[in-house]
Amino acid sequence: MSAKSFPKPSELPVPEGAEGWEKLYPYYLVFQDKLKAIEDEKFWFCDSQHWPTVFKPFETVGTEFASKCLGQYNARHLMIPTAKGIDFRIHLGYLYFSPLPVPEEEIAARVPEFQARVGHYFQNWDTLLQQWKTKVLGTIDEMETLEFKPLPDMVPMEDIISGKGTDGSEVLLENYDRLIQLAYQNWQYHFEFLNLGYIAYLDFFNYCKEIFPGIPDQSIATMVQGVDMELFRPDDELKQLATLAVELGLQDRFAKPDDVDVTLASIGAADGGQKWLDRWAEAQDPWFNFTVGNGFYGHDKYWNEHLEIPLGYIADYIRRLDEGQDIMRPKEALIAEKDRIVEEYRELLDGEQLATFDAKRGLAATAYPYVENHNFYIEHWTMGVFWRKVRELSRTMHGYGFWEHEDDLLYLGRNEVRDALFDLVASWGVGNPEGPIGPHVWPEIIAERTALVSALKTARPAPALNTPPEAITEPFTRMLWGITTEQVESWLGAGEEGSDGVLKGMAASPGIVEGVARVIMDADDLSQIQQDEILVAPVTAPSWGPIFGKIKATVTDIGGMMSHAAIVCREYALPAVTGTGSASTTIKTGQRLRVDGNKGTVLVLDGDHAATVVEGPGAHSHQHAVTAEEGATADV
Amino acid sequence: MSPELIQYIQTFDDGREPALENLGGKGASLVSMTAAGMPVPPGFVVTTACYDAFVAEAGIAKQVTTLLDGLDADNVEEVDRVSAAIREDLCSRPVPDTARRAVVEAYTALMEICGDGAPVAVRSSATAEDLPDASFAGQQDTYLWLSGLPAVTEHIRRCWASLFTSRAITYRLKNNIPNEGLSMAVVVQKMVNARVAGVAITMNPANGDRSKLTIDSSWGVGEMVVSGQVTPDNIVMDKITLQVVSEHIGDKHAELVPDAASATLVEREVSADRTGIRSLTDAELTQVAKMAKRAEKHYKCPQDIEWAIDADLPDGENLLLLQSRPETVHSNGTAGQQPTASSQPKNPATGAFDLGSITQSLMGTGR
Repeated sequence: MSAKSFPKPSELPVPEGAEGWEKLYPYYLVFQDKLKAIEDEKFWFCDSQHWPTVFKPFETVGTEFASKCLGQYNARHLMIPTAKGIDFRIHLGYLYFSPLPVPEEEIAARVPEFQARVGHYFQNWDTLLQQWKTKVLGTIDEMETLEFKPLPDMVPMEDIISGKGTDGSEVLLENYDRLIQLAYQNWQYHFEFLNLGYIAYLDFFNYCKEIFPGIPDQSIATMVQGVDMELFRPDDELKQLATLAVELGLQDRFAKPDDVDVTLASIGAADGGQKWLDRWAEAQDPWFNFTVGNGFYGHDKYWNEHLEIPLGYIADYIRRLDEGQDIMRPKEALIAEKDRIVEEYRELLDGEQLATFDAKRGLAATAYPYVENHNFYIEHWTMGVFWRKVRELSRTMHGYGFWEHEDDLLYLGRNEVRDALFDLVASWGVGNPEGPIGPHVWPEIIAERTALVSALKTARPAPALNTPPEAITEPFTRMLWGITTEQVESWLGAGEEGSDGVLKGMAASPGIVEGVARVIMDADDLSQIQQDEILVAPVTAPSWGPIFGKIKATVTDIGGMMSHAAIVCREYALPAVTGTGSASTTIKTGQRLRVDGNKGTVLVLDGDHAATVVEGPGAHSHQHAVTAEEGATADV
Repeated sequence: MSPELIQYIQTFDDGREPALENLGGKGASLVSMTAAGMPVPPGFVVTTACYDAFVAEAGIAKQVTTLLDGLDADNVEEVDRVSAAIREDLCSRPVPDTARRAVVEAYTALMEICGDGAPVAVRSSATAEDLPDASFAGQQDTYLWLSGLPAVTEHIRRCWASLFTSRAITYRLKNNIPNEGLSMAVVVQKMVNARVAGVAITMNPANGDRSKLTIDSSWGVGEMVVSGQVTPDNIVMDKITLQVVSEHIGDKHAELVPDAASATLVEREVSADRTGIRSLTDAELTQVAKMAKRAEKHYKCPQDIEWAIDADLPDGENLLLLQSRPETVHSNGTAGQQPTASSQPKNPATGAFDLGSITQSLMGTGR
C-alpha cells in the first residue's frame, strides 16, 4: 500500500451554502472538534450503497438503528472473536463507517462464547427463523394499528362516564414513541440472522479459497445462492399479472397505467376483467409493500401507495409479452448452471475434504436465503408501514400549522418531533386560542435546513476518509461493502488512472456485453431506462426488479459480491461490475460501455473518457468538437 | 459422397464409428478425437478398403503372394529385389476408378474448407503388427507440405508401398506374420497454419491445484512456446467457471510461421503492436479452455495439450488440438494444499459443521 491517504474530514470542502450543516444532525452523529485526534486516526469508508443521498434530519433514524443493531450482534450477541461493530458518523450529509476490532488480548475469551452462541443458532436454524418471522410480523401488525389523528374539541362523554381520566393526548405521544420503538425492534431482529448468514457464507468462502487457491468470489457466491427467493416474489407477481392480462386479452386496457383509477375501471368493465382485478387485489397483500427505493428515506415510494408504479411495470411486461419476449427469469438454466458448478468443484475433492466442503456449503446455502429475504420483511414491509405512519403524523401536524409542506416533519430530528408533539398537546390541553408555538418556530428552521440539505446534495461523498490500514481484514466490511485492500488502492489511484477510460470494480456477475449507458442517480428516474441499456448507478435496490428484465448489465459505485446489485444480476443472468467507486460520476448517459463481469472492468468506448485501447464492434470513437462561437457539440 | 465411394474414404468428422481395421491406429484416433469435441486439423482417411480394392484389381495381391512365397529372410539381395518390384507396382499400376474418385472428391472437399492449394500432410496409418514398430511407420511415412492432387496421390501410394520395404518384409518373415490380409490406411490432413498457438494444462502446475486451468499462448506456431524460446502470455483460469484468475502478458518477441514455398517454418520478429497485447481474445481463450476440459474428460485425467488457431480455417472451426497427453508432474496430488481446517477435530456439539474453522476463518488464520 502506498503512503497515500484519503482526505481528513476537516479537509473536505463544505459546499457553498452548506456552512453550519452540522446542526442538521444530533451531536453524536457528527465528528467532534474535541475528538479530532482520535477520529482522524481512524479509517472511515463511505456507505453510499445504503445511503446514496444526503440525510434529512429525521431520516437518520434508519441508519442509527441499522448501524447500532448490526454492531450489537457482532459485539454483544454473538461475541464474534475478532470483530465488534462498526462505528458510524455523518459527514457533510453522507454516512461513514469505521469497523471496530477486538483488542488482541480479548479475542481468546470470546471464542468459547462465540462457539456456543453461533452453534445454538445454526443447530436450531429452522425453529428460530420461524419464530423470527412471527416476531417481525407481530411488530408490523402492531405498527399498522398506530394512529395519529387530530385531537378532539373535548374529551368524549363516554370517557367521562367510564371515569377514564385522561384526555387522549397521551395516545398521540405514546403512539409516536411506540412507532419509533417498533422500528427499533424490527431493526434488532433484522440482524438476528443476517450476521449469522454472513458468518456461514464467510466460513465456506474461506474454505474454498483455501482448497482452491484463487477461486473467483463469483464461483463461491453462485454455489450457495438460492434461485427462488421471497425477495423476487413481488416482481414475479407482476409478471404473472401481465401474463394473465394477455391470456384474458386485456392488453389494450393498459394504455395509460399512470392513471390508476381509469385503468382499473376500464379493466373492471372488460370481459374477464373482474378475474384480473381479484388477482391484482390478492397480489397486493403483502407483496406490494415494496419500495422503489431502499427503505431508508422518507421520499421512498411504495407500490401499495403508488399503484401507478406496479401498473406501469405490468404494462411494460405486457408489451414485451406481445413482442414475443420471455419475461420470466431463466430459473431452470440458473439452477442447472449452479448444480454444474457445485458438482465440478466436488469432483475435485474426496474423503474428508469433500465432507467438509459439503457441510460448509450446506450451512451457507441454508443461511443464505435469509441474507436476501429479510430485505422484504424489514426494508420494504416494516419501513413501508413506518414511513406511511410518519407521513400521517406529519400531515396531522401540518394541519395544526406546524409547517408549510405536508412532509416537512422530515426536517426535524426524531427527538425534536417529540418536543413539537408536546408543544401541540400542551397548547391543545390548555385551550390556547393561539395554538401551538411550533408554527412560529419551525417554518423558518425548516427553510434553513432545506437550503442546507440542497447545498450538501451538490457534492458527492469522498469514498473514504483518513489513512487506510495496511490491509482491510474485517470480514463484514469486505463481504457487505466490497471494501478490500485492492479496492481502496484503486480508489486512491483513481485520480490519475481514471482518465484512461477503464473502471475497475468487483466481478460480481459473469458475462461480457457492450451497450449504451444510462446513469440513474435517483429511483424516480428509473422510467428513463430504455430496452437493452446498461444501468449505471451509485447503488441499486433489488426492488428495481422489473428494470433488470430490460437492461443488459449493471455497474455500481459501491457494493461487494453480496450487494443487492450483485445478487439480483446473478439472479437475472446479467453481467455486473460493482464497487467501481466512481462509475456514476465518470460515465455519462449515452456513452458506449463494455462491461466485463468476469474481470470486473468497465471500458468506456467513446466520449471524453474513452479508453486508448479498445476492441470490438463498438470501438468506433466519437470525437466531440465544440465550436466556441456556437457552443454546439457535433460528431465529427 | 456416393455409397460406392464412401467405403474408401472417412473424413474425420463424418460421424461414422472409427473402426481400427478400416482406419488404422492413427486414423481411428483422429476420428475419435474429432468426435469427442477435440478438433484435430481437418482431413480424411483413405481406408484399408481402398488399398484392398487397388491391390486386388491391379493384380498386385496375387503377384505379392508369388514373389514372397519361399523367400529367404536372410537373403538380403533377394529381399531387396522383391521389395523394389512390389513397390514399383504399387506406385505405378492404375488405381480403380471408384477408389480414385473417392480420394479426389475428399481432397477437393478438404481444399474447399482450407483454401485451394493449402499444404497437407500424408501419413501412413497401419492396422496391426504388420510393421516393425509404430515409430518406424510413423517416422518413415509422414510427408509434409504437399500441395495439389498429383503430389497427394503420389504420396498415398508411397505410404502403401511402405508395407513392402525390405525391412518390413524381413520383419514379417522372421515373425511368421502372414501376408494375407495385409493392408494400410493413409491419413491426409491439413498442415496447421498457426496464427496463435500454445499449450494448456488442466490444472495449475505451480501448485497442483486442479480447480484451475493454465494456458500459455504466443503468436505463430507453438514450437517456440514448447521449447521456451519466447515468453508467452500466461493465463490462469478457474476451470469450472472459466473466469480469468490471473494473467500475465508475455513479450512474445518472435514467431514461427509456415512458409509453404520453402516448405519450412521461418522465424520472424513480432511487430510492436502485437507484443504488448494478449494473443488470444476472450472468446478464443474460452474456446481453448473448453477444449482442454473436454480432453481431460475424454482421457479421465489431467491433460497437457498443444493447440493452435489456424489462419486458414473459418471462425468457429479454426481452433485445433495438436496433441493431448496426461499431465504427469502433479496428477497424483489433491486440489491445492492440504487444508488446515479439515484437520481440526470436529466439535461434536455442532453436528455437520465445524465451528473451530468458522472461528479460524474470522480470526483471519484461514485466509
